[in-house]
Amino acid sequence: MVAPQVAAPRVGVLALQGDFREHAQVLRVLGADVTLVRRPEELAAVDGLVIPGGESSVMDKLARTFGLAEPLRAAISGGLPVYGTCAGLIMLADTVLDGIRGQESLGGLDVAVRRNAFGSQTHSFETDLDVPVLGGEPMHAVFIRAPIVESVGPAATALATLDDGRCVAVEQGNLLGTSFHPEVTGDYRIHEYFLGKVRAAA
Amino acid sequence: MTDSTSSQHFGSSRVKRGLAEMLKGGVIMDVVTPEQARIAEDAGAVAVMALERVPADIRSQGGVARMSDPDLIEAIIAEVSIPVMAKARIGHFVEAQVLQALDVDYIDESEVLSPADYVNHIDKWGFNVPFVCGATNLGEALRRINEGAAMIRSKGEAGTGDVSEATKHIRKIKSEIAALSSMSKDELYVAAKELQAPYDLVVEVAETGKLPVVLFTAGGVATPADAAMMMQLGADGVFVGSGIFKSGNPAQRAAAVVKATTFHDDPAVIAEVSRGLGEAMVGINVSDLAAPHRLAERGW
Repeated sequence: MVAPQVAAPRVGVLALQGDFREHAQVLRVLGADVTLVRRPEELAAVDGLVIPGGESSVMDKLARTFGLAEPLRAAISGGLPVYGTCAGLIMLADTVLDGIRGQESLGGLDVAVRRNAFGSQTHSFETDLDVPVLGGEPMHAVFIRAPIVESVGPAATALATLDDGRCVAVEQGNLLGTSFHPEVTGDYRIHEYFLGKVRAAA
Repeated sequence: MTDSTSSQHFGSSRVKRGLAEMLKGGVIMDVVTPEQARIAEDAGAVAVMALERVPADIRSQGGVARMSDPDLIEAIIAEVSIPVMAKARIGHFVEAQVLQALDVDYIDESEVLSPADYVNHIDKWGFNVPFVCGATNLGEALRRINEGAAMIRSKGEAGTGDVSEATKHIRKIKSEIAALSSMSKDELYVAAKELQAPYDLVVEVAETGKLPVVLFTAGGVATPADAAMMMQLGADGVFVGSGIFKSGNPAQRAAAVVKATTFHDDPAVIAEVSRGLGEAMVGINVSDLAAPHRLAERGW
């Protein structure tokens, strides 16, 4: 049987700082045409974007310094599918709690996200997490100096919570955010779910 | 470590190595006061290394260099929200226990301090806090990983402002990895013997073409172009020790090094950020250092 010829979705990974190579690798395995994005013209050439794990305060600073923050905001409000992990979730939050002095986010998700909510690195952990929207087995999730979604506004939907009820994954239209890092565990269901949004929007 | 939720696992290799993954593409800066830590965070540092004296001062003042005062480390942790690292002496597992108790985010078992044990390094597997260790070659890197290091930094020659040793060490590690990748399987046994490294780790590096942990570069980086060169040579990120706060305009230089690290392959950006930075650290040529004063030779 010959598979129908469908163009690979063009997905960017914001490559200012962080584990962008891991995301690029996952997306390639899933058949995406991946571009690393550091400049506005690179952003203009993609149908979806992943904002990786890393240090949100550094990404914010570099995005503003190199003229990427406003094009990113315009793309998000124009409906570009964007998935943020950890620092990326912070970047997508309308409200950031415990940011560094002067820290800004891109916004888009109607949530308040608390940066580094679990404390220092010795409080980083792995756990199994039910993510009902993915169906099937729980997802093994790695939290590294992770943020939590402290409040979910009416426009956003919680996708997963820890045993204590704290929200760690959210969705709103074409935007998706997780506190944890599926790019380091080998479970690519969230990336596939995101690529579904990219294909639908392209 | 326990938690109210028993299904959570702390201190695994994945969690420890994972933090280093998130630091990639970033700059880790040495700071000796909370004020410097604030300047580093504002400039875009991805983490800070809290210590009492930068390597250049340890070098010029001499004497035994030890773990920093807990008060200083705690003051720096209180000042910033990016990760805070601190140094323990090679082999000094009690300094490491203290640093873990202080809740630092990473421990650097560092040749910049005076070694506490000339035979053994710290057994790093027993800690929940991750360790970064220095290496001058692949065998040394793999021995540290075998002891539990979750991140490697090439050593360079700290406190000199002379990048030549950093260049030598990152090139050496990268070329030894490339050599392993091109070997047939039956050659890896002897390679492991020659590298004085565990066979399983040698096979892993040969198969993946990279270290199993993140590899930063350190030791002598003083300019944006130095940092960009390390990135082009294949480093995952850069430590800058004395180079920032021993220079004329630390805030501006720190921000410039951050930008040059991200845009390491764009000479126009590196040129732009290199303008008007004022005086770089004066520095010492490594070739002028008598052998006993070379820190990179500490550790084995």
